Amino acid sequence: MRKVYLDNAATTPLLPEVREAMVPFLEDMFGNPSSLHEWGDCGRDALGEARNQVAGLIGADAEEIIFTSGGTESNNLAIKGLAQAQQAKGKHVVVSAIEHFSVLHSARTLEKWGFEVSEVPVDKYGMVDPENVRQKLRKDTVLVSIMHANGEVGTVEPIQEIARITRERKIPFHTDAVATAGTIPLDVGELGVDALSLAGNGFYGPKGVGALWVRKGVRIMPLLDGGVQEGGRRAGTENVPAIVGLGKAAELAVANMPERIKQQAPLRDRLLKELPARIERVVVTGHPQNRLPGHASFCVEFIEGESMLMLLNSRGIAVSSGSACTSRALKASHVLIAMGLPHEIAQGSILFTLGVNNTLEDIDYVLETMPPIVDRLRQMSPLYAKFVKSGKGGK
Amino acid sequence: MPIYSKKVMDHFMNPRNVGEIEKPDGIGEEGNPVCGDMMTFYIKVKNNHLEDVKFKTFGCGAAIAVSSMVSEMAKGKTLEEAMKITPQLVADELEGLPKNKFHCSNLGAQALHKAIKDYLSKEKKGGKK
Repeated sequence: MRKVYLDNAATTPLLPEVREAMVPFLEDMFGNPSSLHEWGDCGRDALGEARNQVAGLIGADAEEIIFTSGGTESNNLAIKGLAQAQQAKGKHVVVSAIEHFSVLHSARTLEKWGFEVSEVPVDKYGMVDPENVRQKLRKDTVLVSIMHANGEVGTVEPIQEIARITRERKIPFHTDAVATAGTIPLDVGELGVDALSLAGNGFYGPKGVGALWVRKGVRIMPLLDGGVQEGGRRAGTENVPAIVGLGKAAELAVANMPERIKQQAPLRDRLLKELPARIERVVVTGHPQNRLPGHASFCVEFIEGESMLMLLNSRGIAVSSGSACTSRALKASHVLIAMGLPHEIAQGSILFTLGVNNTLEDIDYVLETMPPIVDRLRQMSPLYAKFVKSGKGGK
Repeated sequence: MPIYSKKVMDHFMNPRNVGEIEKPDGIGEEGNPVCGDMMTFYIKVKNNHLEDVKFKTFGCGAAIAVSSMVSEMAKGKTLEEAMKITPQLVADELEGLPKNKFHCSNLGAQALHKAIKDYLSKEKKGGKK
């Protein structure tokens, strides 16, 4: 059976070149970068090179990079660490309603610590209006965090415009770039942000490794107490093999990004155009134009996402859904709800996220496989029966 | 390991008794699309036995498998026997359900019981048959 992996938002596969770069650090080059002998030198050199590679990906200075255990830690460190470091100036933080849980739940923790948190709404495309950010700012606002792009609906946010506002007010601005770093061109200077999170498994690096970039001069409190690794901002012996992999993946992303976008965007466009054309009552979620190059997301009415996902899986196709049933918490995606979608429509969420290995044949296989699966589930659905009886059903 | 048992997968991939009954003797609906699962059961009763049971379900893999299993367990049983089908028995027959799915997706027995009660209340009123 054909195998088609279309869940690159969950994780990308590891590229063979990345794996190759990592292997020596799982073998002979096992030294602790803090050690002063030859083995330690080797680890230190590797960290230095990876730091340059990651800095190169986002237009940063190498010493501004803090390696972490991934996107979640980067976001936790940014939200808690930046807010805490600024708390003498005020205790108010602004985030968007569609942030990843590692941002939203960190903000919730800040509330327990006595901070106030304001949420900026999004429009029906999941887009933040910079003016709405401006309206939330107060005299005591010490941090703004708005994601660069949303992994569930693919919408890319107007970060530059928001940064113009936060800069006027001299408020530190963090962006969660887990969905964009290594995927679309990104330069921290151009964006105008003060901190940025990224994760290795978003761009063909290993899982369990990421980075937080913090602009020089911006203070941050560490989450972990211990040694003085990462300039005292992240204690603990560095995960050298994974960091080396992250660096290699960053280098490859810089080299191959235009080619990857050129390969994926037409496939995405084919999905976005053809699925709603072949199946009635399918809505595209997220912004029609300002979206990630490999991201196609939909809600299929009258059926539920997990059952779609499972039937696609039985045909060798891997996807994700934001339905309540697919989440362990059994709640429909907060992103889709924030965009104003009714719960019953959000239940039909399905997303296809493309990667370097996908081909036109993969997409055609999906387009051929999806309609009968949807039809089969709709024949079982009491909601579809009601819709058909209401006389609105066509096709 | 897949999250569902082989039995759940079998009933999800090949659900038994899907559909509606024309002029059913009882209809029962449980759940709602907001929480993610909704089931409608249709029954045909003859001599106090469930002569036919059919269902339509909106929901996840577990919800569909539960509906299918309930329909299979109920078919041919007396009304009293069918009223004794519990969510736990359904889950046992399915060789287990993931913990977080037990309550929200395991609504088949309740929907069936509602259909039986619907039939009984119509009978009481001296309605059809």
